[in-house]
Amino acid sequence: MMLGKSRVGLRAMAALAASSLLLAAGCSSGGAASPAASGSAPASSAPAAANLTMTFLPKNLGNPYFDTSFKGVQAAVQAVGGTVTQVGPAKGDDPAGQVSYINTATQQQVGALIVSANDKSAICDALTEAKTAGVKVVTFDSDTNPECRDLFINQATAEGIAKVQVDIITSEIGDSGEIAILSAAANATNQNAWIDMMKKELAASHPNVKLVDVVYGNDDDQTSFDKTAGLLQSHPNLKGIVSPTTVGIAAAARYLSTSKAKGKVMLTGLGTPNQMREYVKDGTVTEFALWNPEELGALAAYAAAAMVKGEITGKEGETFKAGDKEYTIGADATVLLGEPYKFNKDNIDNFNF
Amino acid sequence: MTTLTTGSPDTRTYAEFGRPLWRRALFNREMAIIALLLAVVVAASVMVPKFATPVTLGYLLFDVTPILLIALAMAPVMITGDIDLSVGSMVGLSSVTLGLGTQMGLSVPVAGLIALLVGALGGLVNGLLVTRIGLPALAVTIGTLALYRGIAVGLLGTTAITQFDRWWTTLVKSKIGGSGIPTVMIVFVLLLAAFAIMLHFTPFGRGVFSIGLSKDAAVFSGVDAERTRLVLFVLSGLMAALAGIYYALYYNSARGDNATGMELQVIAAVVLGGVSVFGGRGALHGVVAGVLLIGVLSKALQLVNITSDVVSIITGVLLVLSVIAGSVLSWIQAKRLRPAAPPVKTS
Repeated sequence: MMLGKSRVGLRAMAALAASSLLLAAGCSSGGAASPAASGSAPASSAPAAANLTMTFLPKNLGNPYFDTSFKGVQAAVQAVGGTVTQVGPAKGDDPAGQVSYINTATQQQVGALIVSANDKSAICDALTEAKTAGVKVVTFDSDTNPECRDLFINQATAEGIAKVQVDIITSEIGDSGEIAILSAAANATNQNAWIDMMKKELAASHPNVKLVDVVYGNDDDQTSFDKTAGLLQSHPNLKGIVSPTTVGIAAAARYLSTSKAKGKVMLTGLGTPNQMREYVKDGTVTEFALWNPEELGALAAYAAAAMVKGEITGKEGETFKAGDKEYTIGADATVLLGEPYKFNKDNIDNFNF
Repeated sequence: MTTLTTGSPDTRTYAEFGRPLWRRALFNREMAIIALLLAVVVAASVMVPKFATPVTLGYLLFDVTPILLIALAMAPVMITGDIDLSVGSMVGLSSVTLGLGTQMGLSVPVAGLIALLVGALGGLVNGLLVTRIGLPALAVTIGTLALYRGIAVGLLGTTAITQFDRWWTTLVKSKIGGSGIPTVMIVFVLLLAAFAIMLHFTPFGRGVFSIGLSKDAAVFSGVDAERTRLVLFVLSGLMAALAGIYYALYYNSARGDNATGMELQVIAAVVLGGVSVFGGRGALHGVVAGVLLIGVLSKALQLVNITSDVVSIITGVLLVLSVIAGSVLSWIQAKRLRPAAPPVKTS
């Protein structure tokens, strides 16, 4: 039965080995244009040889929101004369995958790591290890426990974000009736903070609006689409949906735009202009909110560069320049980008992200 | 063919048809994967900056430990021709159990023991449905994949438990001296030895292979096929639960969605390591090499900043090629053997 098989087998395996190495080699020559290989000074943070090699680690790759952030990061890094590489897990909500990339950044001895956390504690020890090795850790978009990073770039306060969405949806449904929330992953730090705030805001200022359901689309287009269908089915009196995630709101809008509920069930949340333009123009969505992720990424990169250069350390009250704007570090080593922005059919064409 | 008469000059012994032992031990699929692994390690050490360091070894082994643990039990399950798709969900359920247990004030060992019991119970449910009711393992474990994940997410809701006894998390993250090898590898090596002895050096293990080759033949030759399969499912649940305990302590986070999709990483590595998806063939050294090969490739590619989608493409291509190679070889072998089946000249 084993006659002759294995000699051929060995040859085939050798070919396999060679081809996989070629694959790896081919990719490495293409992708390794700017890793930290060029012998930058070791961990000691001598300001003379500021190590402006950075790693950008979003929650996952292929997410338009983070791709837009990365544009801002790239522009800022270029402005300060550094290099940056984007890495990350393929699917969202994978803290274990992020840990692996953080460890890799530590090994590469990059100057700074800019990260949006998939889990506020699961990646903590890896980040602490990175900091010990001299890497400046700047979180943005989704924070970790404060002791695990040097600085957090906050896109907006949770109160501000929750309030703007509650304001939009309650005014659209006439301040009474049932609404539901279509969120991302059940464990996403920022999503849950916003949902809590929205509940408080609703209870405090909108007693006639009832939040009947919170469903999770896991930042997956198809899941979010299906969950939207499910919401409409299980809550026939639903008047509004809030989706505080860019993937969720776009999927929900796509569902609504071709359903009977179009124009009857209001939809708002956090979206990007390019994804929502079509649905704002066809009347599915009247208004939605967001900050500018490109500015957020740029701010994170400027802050990281300022830390690497030793201009700031993360103390409250320190100031640094991001492009032509000056920012001040607040409590808990946090920098606030600004107020959320409302997009509607009058202004959406001024934006391209 | 001449008639088979003992003593006739044409009589050949099995040994003449086979190859010498050293060749059988060296030239097989497992050794080919090990050779490929070594080749990739050497290539990565030469081409990838900062790859050849003890730090890499540590990070790499920490990353693959849960997959290694589950693969130990997945391999025999697949060798019998079954499959267990519920292991990733069991990792989540076990880590949630550990988290809830410690939150209620139990010590890590006690909560861990409960998590292991949950794992064994989950495996038992799979095994009973497959062996007593006679449902296909694929269908049963697709069901329990959803079921166990649902229970895990249901138990913890949207929260994550991150308060574990520091002594235990430190222990799990510790390394043996300055070698860079994680301490948990000691546990893995002991389990590897136990599984290797069970699978390759006991009547039980021979039963596992014979079930995979032909269940009826195995039953006729006295193998208790149903019991064997049941035991393997329980072991699979246990190992997944152990991986869940490791996962929760290493990442210091018990969440319902821990290790989502890990079952596919495990099965990919097991198949790459030479276990036949149709059952009946495979060996643990190949499986371990398969897991490490995927781990080394992704670590090396990460170090040169190649993104995870490319890593997935490469592992996918590798897996498909290895399966194709296997089938093509059996086909070639069948063609070669058909005409006369002469003894192979030992050169």
